[in-house]
Amino acid sequence: MLMAIGGRRHPRVIPGFGVTIGFTLAYLGLIVLVPLGALVAKAAELGPGGIWAVATDARVFAALRLSFGASLAAAAINAVFGLLLAWVLVRYRFPGRRLVDALIDLPFALPTAVAGITLATLYAGNGWVGGLFAGDGWLGALFGPDGLKIAYTPLGVVVALVFVGLPFVVRTVQPVLADFDAESEEAAASLGASRFATFRRVVLPAILPALTTGFAMALARAVGEYGSVIFIAGNIPMVSEIAPLLIVTRLEEYNYAGASAVATVMLAVAFVLLFAINLLQRLDRAQAS
Amino acid sequence: MIANGISRRRFGGFVLGAATLLAVPGARAAAGPTVIQNVSYDPTREFYRAYNALFAERHAAGGGAALDIRMSHGGSGKQARSVIDGLEADVVTLALASDIDAIADHGLIAEDWQSRLPDNSAPYTSTIVFLVRKGNPKGIASWDDLTRDGVEVVTPNPKTSGGARWNYLAAWAHVVAGGGGAADARAFLARLFGNVPVLDTGARGATTTFVQRGIGDVLLAWENEAFLALKELGPGDFEIVVPALSILAEPPVAVVDKVVEARGTRALAEAYLRGLYTPEAQALAAENYYRPRLPEVAARYADAFPDVKRVTIDDPMFGGWRKTQAEHFGEGGVFDQIYRPR
Amino acid sequence: MAQRSNAATTEGAATRFGLSAAAFVYLAAVLLLPLAAVFHEATRKGLGAFFEAIGDADTMAAVRLTVTVALIAVPLNLVFGLAAAWAVTKHEFPGKSLLITLIDLPFSVSPVISGLVYVLLFGAQGLLGPWLAAHGVKILFAVPGIVLATIFVTLPFIARELIPLMRAQGTAEEEAALSLGASGWQTFRHVTLPNVRWGLLYGVLLCNARAMGEFGAVSVVSGHIRGLTNTMPLHVEILYNEYNFAAAFAVASLLALLALVTLAVKSLLEWHHGDELAGARH
Repeated sequence: MLMAIGGRRHPRVIPGFGVTIGFTLAYLGLIVLVPLGALVAKAAELGPGGIWAVATDARVFAALRLSFGASLAAAAINAVFGLLLAWVLVRYRFPGRRLVDALIDLPFALPTAVAGITLATLYAGNGWVGGLFAGDGWLGALFGPDGLKIAYTPLGVVVALVFVGLPFVVRTVQPVLADFDAESEEAAASLGASRFATFRRVVLPAILPALTTGFAMALARAVGEYGSVIFIAGNIPMVSEIAPLLIVTRLEEYNYAGASAVATVMLAVAFVLLFAINLLQRLDRAQAS
Repeated sequence: MIANGISRRRFGGFVLGAATLLAVPGARAAAGPTVIQNVSYDPTREFYRAYNALFAERHAAGGGAALDIRMSHGGSGKQARSVIDGLEADVVTLALASDIDAIADHGLIAEDWQSRLPDNSAPYTSTIVFLVRKGNPKGIASWDDLTRDGVEVVTPNPKTSGGARWNYLAAWAHVVAGGGGAADARAFLARLFGNVPVLDTGARGATTTFVQRGIGDVLLAWENEAFLALKELGPGDFEIVVPALSILAEPPVAVVDKVVEARGTRALAEAYLRGLYTPEAQALAAENYYRPRLPEVAARYADAFPDVKRVTIDDPMFGGWRKTQAEHFGEGGVFDQIYRPR
Repeated sequence: MAQRSNAATTEGAATRFGLSAAAFVYLAAVLLLPLAAVFHEATRKGLGAFFEAIGDADTMAAVRLTVTVALIAVPLNLVFGLAAAWAVTKHEFPGKSLLITLIDLPFSVSPVISGLVYVLLFGAQGLLGPWLAAHGVKILFAVPGIVLATIFVTLPFIARELIPLMRAQGTAEEEAALSLGASGWQTFRHVTLPNVRWGLLYGVLLCNARAMGEFGAVSVVSGHIRGLTNTMPLHVEILYNEYNFAAAFAVASLLALLALVTLAVKSLLEWHHGDELAGARH
């Protein structure tokens, strides 16, 4: 995907390593590592057995399952439609293309609480979209007499997470698709492959690493999301209660260690996810060069 | 509002000195005690806006300096936690005694705080009522109606909302006062919460869900919130139903000793809280739909507040806030057990 | 990005139309509809109420605080982003993947946790709390705490924008400059910086938008003191909780507008410097 020439063959020719790595580590340490260390230290007060007990508690487990399940669903939806959006943006020319391209970043910039309130307004039974799916709405009839409830169900959680995770897949796939060499497509076509077969056998394998990265980043971002979800989730324990809300609930009980334990479990999963992505990208670059 | 003007003018300087704040944290109080900070819960916004203006006016009339009364609102438990974590509150005006107890447990407030002011340190009271849709289509009249099949009840989460704890306790009191035991009350609450489609984190969120989103048939609400929602969000669209029996909700107030001693604001903070018991302040409370304590003011507003038998938290069925908090709302307590998978 | 007119490597008109239509419908449902709803709610009570809400003194205080916080957080993250990208892309060292993962971490940490960690560290009951209190230093429930939480949340944006770009550019140009006798700083200033300037700007814009819009983490460390420690997103929540829906959405629309302006600026940059930016994405 991206060229990895240079550095590797001429290590330490370029000055400034000491200063920049020193500053990077110090800044990262102060802003991220020390505070996260405090979190893990607080959770450690419970001991490994205590943390395990928290992570496997039925209610915590249900919340983690919802958080990860809804995030997986949202990331999967965004993987499909993100690929489609990237394809249309890179391969086709149409008026307003740059405007559409710019809009993709909106979920990064819109405050999550605003997104949550707005989505709840739209998807509640009396909202613009929720009304369509209500029992008397013209799409709701497809789902039986009661229609389809979106807001205040796990479905609402997925809606919010789809919004939050939309940019990731588009933004990772787009550059790879733009750089993709048309010659191999032409070769495949000249050998008689259909358009779809060419896509599946030639294009898809090339963009798969980027697609996976985008999927995993959307997933990682969605798992921890709070502001936009809390307004639309319903927050019923065992049904529509997300893991970050459990952290807040523990805090309300002045149970800092319990809150930290749930947070540590989520943190560990996020770290493993991200580390896997970065290793994947590194392998991918090594392969490319 | 008058008081807030000063904070705004100060704010420009405050922004410029954001970094210097690290060095001179006491600078704001240096000019003498003219700033007090009131950390409160959600539904008191309108009342304290009015009372702060009254108190500042009174203070100025008595020859005092212009006051800057700062407000912070949020869920009662969250606010208490912020104070414990270092939010500098001269006074706290919260939803439940147990939240102030928690602050006292961390040594910021003297243990005997509740006896320092009249009426359990609760200058106004409230109760829990039902808000239903116009015409009361589901015919909801009593607590028993809330557990019927097909009735959707909206309440915030007792874990994160003070008001919701009163909701829960009022329902409990209904069963026990009717001759039921603890097991019956548990089963009743399990059925009631089985009818709850959305558990918002705070009272205001629940009101919005019920009124704006059209979710549910009945909202369990503070009486003052129900009146306010009726006034602000749609008179004619909703009705208030008062159950025969409910709970005496006492939102207490206290001076935060550690903070007022450090900032030299004790006299001012105490005057601020005592002022809540004056007839003018009591009338303001009544106009903001809190039930006043002073008998003469209560008599004047008697028509506004329907008669309801109110069980107190000190009733033997509860045994005070400390016991109730641990037993019902603590981790693994009765409320958590309702949502345990069986 | 050459035009692909070769029939072998593009789809038929019908497929093209179908795919485009599907993409637009998705975009409209997921992005445009919420955006439209924000502006619809904001202007529901008329433009007068809209401007009144925005001109309100507490709103202005929230705007000032939000701008102040962004003005502190974004430049700090800019310096960090440059230093981290320089160290990671121009040098080889063990543990690089781990370092990049740590830089990414704030992306995926729940905002609730980002706020919580500072409470555990600087709160009165926290590790450093008693020491800070004894020395009269206020971090939590004051501007420094809000700035710290914002820096945490927005830390990866600029570094993540620069790392792939600088990696793609390699080190050949820097090596040439150095062999001609330029100092390390001169090389950075006159060779590297011009090469990455548009990617850098894009990173700054996104970082700024996120810094101004952060809600969850800031909510935990702010204390919600009206006119003093309320940022714009927190002020939206307060107005919403006061049943002042039109005003809440008016302030929210300011933030949405900010996002749109940010995106428009970015778009303009791409328009004029498309080639340089092409490699800027990861």
